[in-house]
Amino acid sequence: MLHIFCPHCGELRSEEEFHAKGQAHIPRPLEPNACTDEEWGDYIFFRDNPRGIHHELWVHAAGCRKYFNATRHTVSYEILETYRIGEKPTVTEATVGEKKATTAGVTA
Amino acid sequence: MSQVNRLPKGGRVDRSQPLTFTFNGENYQGFAGDTLAAALLANGVDIVGRSFKYSRPRGIVAAGAEEPNAVLQIGSTESAQVPNVRATQQALYAGLVASSTNGWPNVKNDVMGILGKVGGGMMPPGFYYKTFMYPQNLWLTYEKYIRKAAGLGRAPLEVDPDIYDHLNQHCDVLVIGAGPAGLAAALVAGRSGARVILADEQEEFGGSLLDTRETLDGKPATEWVAKVIAELEKMPEVTLLPRATVNGYHDHNFLTIHQRLTDHLGEIAPRGQARHRVHRVRAKRVVLAAGAHERPLVYSNNDLPGNMLAGAVSTYVNRYGVAPGRQLVLSTNNDYAYRVVLDWLDAGQQVVAVADARSNPRGAWVEEARARGVRVLTGSAVVEARGNKRVSGARICAIDLKNHKVTSSGELVECDLIVSSGGYSPVVHLASHLGGKPTWREDILAFIPGEGFQKRHCAGAVNGVFGLGDVLADGFEAGAKAAAGAGCKVVEGSMPKTEKRKEEAAVALFQVPHEKSTSRAPKQFVDLQNDVTSAGIELATREGFESVEHVKRYTALGFGTDQGKLGNINGLAIAAKSMGISIAEMGTTMFRPNYTPVTFGAVAGRHCGPLFEPKRYTAMHRWHLEQGAEFEDVGQWKRPWYFPKRGEDMHAAVARECKAVRDSVGILDASTLGKIDIQGPDAREFLNRVYTNAWTKLDVGKARYGLMCKEDGMVFDDGVTACVGENHFIMTTTTGGAARVMEWLEIYHQTEWPELKVYFTSVTDHWATMTLSGPNSRKLLAEVTDIDLDKDAFPFMTWKEGLVGGVPARVFRISFTGELSYEVNVQADYALGVWEKIVEAGKKYNLTPYGTETMHVLRAEKGFIIIGQDTDGSVTPDDLNMGWCVGRNKPFSWIGWRGMNREDCLREDRKQLVGLKPIDPNKVLPEGAQLVFDPKQSIPMKMVGHVTSSYMSSTMGYSFAMAVVKGGLKRIGERVFAPLTDGSVIEAEICSSVFYDPKGDRQHV
Repeated sequence: MLHIFCPHCGELRSEEEFHAKGQAHIPRPLEPNACTDEEWGDYIFFRDNPRGIHHELWVHAAGCRKYFNATRHTVSYEILETYRIGEKPTVTEATVGEKKATTAGVTA
Repeated sequence: MSQVNRLPKGGRVDRSQPLTFTFNGENYQGFAGDTLAAALLANGVDIVGRSFKYSRPRGIVAAGAEEPNAVLQIGSTESAQVPNVRATQQALYAGLVASSTNGWPNVKNDVMGILGKVGGGMMPPGFYYKTFMYPQNLWLTYEKYIRKAAGLGRAPLEVDPDIYDHLNQHCDVLVIGAGPAGLAAALVAGRSGARVILADEQEEFGGSLLDTRETLDGKPATEWVAKVIAELEKMPEVTLLPRATVNGYHDHNFLTIHQRLTDHLGEIAPRGQARHRVHRVRAKRVVLAAGAHERPLVYSNNDLPGNMLAGAVSTYVNRYGVAPGRQLVLSTNNDYAYRVVLDWLDAGQQVVAVADARSNPRGAWVEEARARGVRVLTGSAVVEARGNKRVSGARICAIDLKNHKVTSSGELVECDLIVSSGGYSPVVHLASHLGGKPTWREDILAFIPGEGFQKRHCAGAVNGVFGLGDVLADGFEAGAKAAAGAGCKVVEGSMPKTEKRKEEAAVALFQVPHEKSTSRAPKQFVDLQNDVTSAGIELATREGFESVEHVKRYTALGFGTDQGKLGNINGLAIAAKSMGISIAEMGTTMFRPNYTPVTFGAVAGRHCGPLFEPKRYTAMHRWHLEQGAEFEDVGQWKRPWYFPKRGEDMHAAVARECKAVRDSVGILDASTLGKIDIQGPDAREFLNRVYTNAWTKLDVGKARYGLMCKEDGMVFDDGVTACVGENHFIMTTTTGGAARVMEWLEIYHQTEWPELKVYFTSVTDHWATMTLSGPNSRKLLAEVTDIDLDKDAFPFMTWKEGLVGGVPARVFRISFTGELSYEVNVQADYALGVWEKIVEAGKKYNLTPYGTETMHVLRAEKGFIIIGQDTDGSVTPDDLNMGWCVGRNKPFSWIGWRGMNREDCLREDRKQLVGLKPIDPNKVLPEGAQLVFDPKQSIPMKMVGHVTSSYMSSTMGYSFAMAVVKGGLKRIGERVFAPLTDGSVIEAEICSSVFYDPKGDRQHV
């Protein structure tokens, strides 16, 4: 069971209090009517399924009822950060990749 | 009742406390402190069960959780039945009743066993897949008999009398296992001030120290154990959990512990006590000190009763004072196994021979055995056990390890007990629950826990550290690291002194060679619980199952409750050998929670009976009960279904209730409808975006019906929303949809349109709603309210505030029955009084309470939909013929608009909601019935839709239904057919879904 830090409550709480709501940072197109059927289908149905860093939307359903984003590693299930809606993640595939590269450099 | 195998002295049992118990209908006696397995062995019970597939006789092999055979059914009464109990883990209590789970007519004489012997060669892995495939439709018949013949116990048929608990715990350090490493770790962590939980699955703490020959500080190891426990017990922040198996290692250091609180006292817990408790622990650090399981060697007939693990025999001798035989033969590849020889001699029993696979073993215990006159045959192994229902001899041959060959004709020695040891497998199960792949170490011939993502420290044997001194040091170090990691200041302690002893390395030996090829040699069992043989594994690799996971699934190696405790490594080694690769290349399968079986009672905890799910009651529930209402579950709500009068069935009650509403007036408790209070300057704009229709022009005091869609254009909720003030609305939702609509509004507000100034508050429980419906509702309401109910002053689809029954109320003139209706909303805590006042005033109008069933009939007569009944998430507003509810010219592209304009949503032959009128007016179509245009076509027929709602209308005098039919709206007047499972066909005419008062005159009066 995950241990999730709610950025609104400021506390680590058990997964039972939360609902996962899928991939984060998928904005609703500002002009839906300008989308082709395919673009609209991509928006509502298609999601990434990465092995590694995943930014996802959660809601503290049995807590403050606020939505927030979490950066979770899909292999280790480690939650690397949680942040409010509208904020940008600080841990991304790119930053983790950089880190890996530097560590590799040190050991080599 | 003589305990033929009980030694005259020794063991940790209390000989002053004899306990009688029953196994397979016969009475036996053991002592307090015995496990059921120890007591069975003390009484010379050889056969405890029949094997899963071949039905071969099986005896006790191990002394702990890894026991594969003695998996028994416990319980003297039906309600106390517990399947899947390992006799090695069940403490003996007075009156214990146990029985074997396999074997017919009984374990000693088994019919399937004869089949197994004769047909053994005909039942290779995949036998069931290959044999019972054809004809396909007979599988259900085969399965019934296969299941009957197999199985490992049965569930009780009566209600469990016991209670079970769940407990949430938090700790700094959770120590798993109370052997030398675990005790050392707990001691350091405890002394450092950490909040510690120490859990161990056995009856007593101490692990291997309880039966070791080694000393600590020159004294028996058990004295050190007692001292440590005494110190830990005094620490207020330390919780000791005996009989507590850590069964699951879950994400973020969340672990579940299954503690058997009273299983050692009897089959039913003492009054007022919980029988099991599941601890749900969040630990800052975990010390995994789960130890290791001894690995048996794989030789022919190694499943005969009388074949045991070497270490298990030491345990039975030293801990329980039981010698499960007289003449012992040891087959081994390592030094540590020799302790059984010394223990056996100390117990006054005979050691026939030791077969050591190594060419020149010279370790301390080997030499001690030699010095005591034991015959040690080097470069040898037991290749085959002999005997019928119990070992009577062992064939020992010289073997060539390198070429996997038998090199001498060998000799047959007489014996009644063969013990084997092929090395030690760290119990890596918990470490791999979260996906950490175990790592193979060739130097110790074992998998150790791989890199873990979790904050855990492995210590002792599980870490591949075996010598007692090293184990203790490893435990102290892990305890210190864990305490430091949890933020404590570490206080070091002193380690007890251990003896130094020369110990030599083991050689790799898993499957012992035989003169014949693996497939022709007598069966060599790898996984005793699942009856997997070395020949079966070779066959699997020959047939192309090369991945370890595939081998596992094809052969059932490591399946079920066993989880590969004894057989896994041997199985991998055999598979690797047959493919010519190393064990490291082969890798291991993953282990899953739970480590050992957990009872359903423990899983459920208190979440059963009345606490299974919360129940929600409306404010008028007491009144409904007094009126004898039948209830229906709607979500968690208990709603009155109908109010039967004496002698009435549902049909009669519903007919009466419907008639009362249509003729005079009825009252419905509609409190369960979801209610969301929406406020803010952008509330109206928000409604425009989430509803399909327009809200810009809804004046204060008015109400409007709205449909809500998802982005795909499919309807997902509906309800009436009223304008309370310029910036204030009250939205109603379906009963079941209240929570998801609330979440839906929030997600759009919080993530997409945070700039809109609007707030949502769930007020479902704050307001109680009573619906007065029927031509006399105005007259009745007028008697209890000060609101002007004149039809021009208070028209349809408006609302007013005033007093009802002396209580402030919001009254909405809306209708779900098609009749003149008023929905009276009052603060919930006043509602029962108001309801009773209305009922009192209503007597002269024959005011009739009605339930959800009548509500459903009345609304269906009007063609009003129910979300989730007439819709299923694949229906657009146009499919429902509710295009009038779609704001096609709203400026903002509201939720659902783009989706419902996708090409597929615009097809004309989509399934559309229509009415159906059965040609025979007395036949009621079953809801869910599939529809076809041509009933004479051959099966499978082309289905064109299904019935969504169907009732008998007493008002109209005929049956009617709503249905979705392909292109139905253009087929009004045509016929459809519902072919039913009994072969009959109901014919119906497609018509408008509005059956009653299509112009809506009655609700507008």
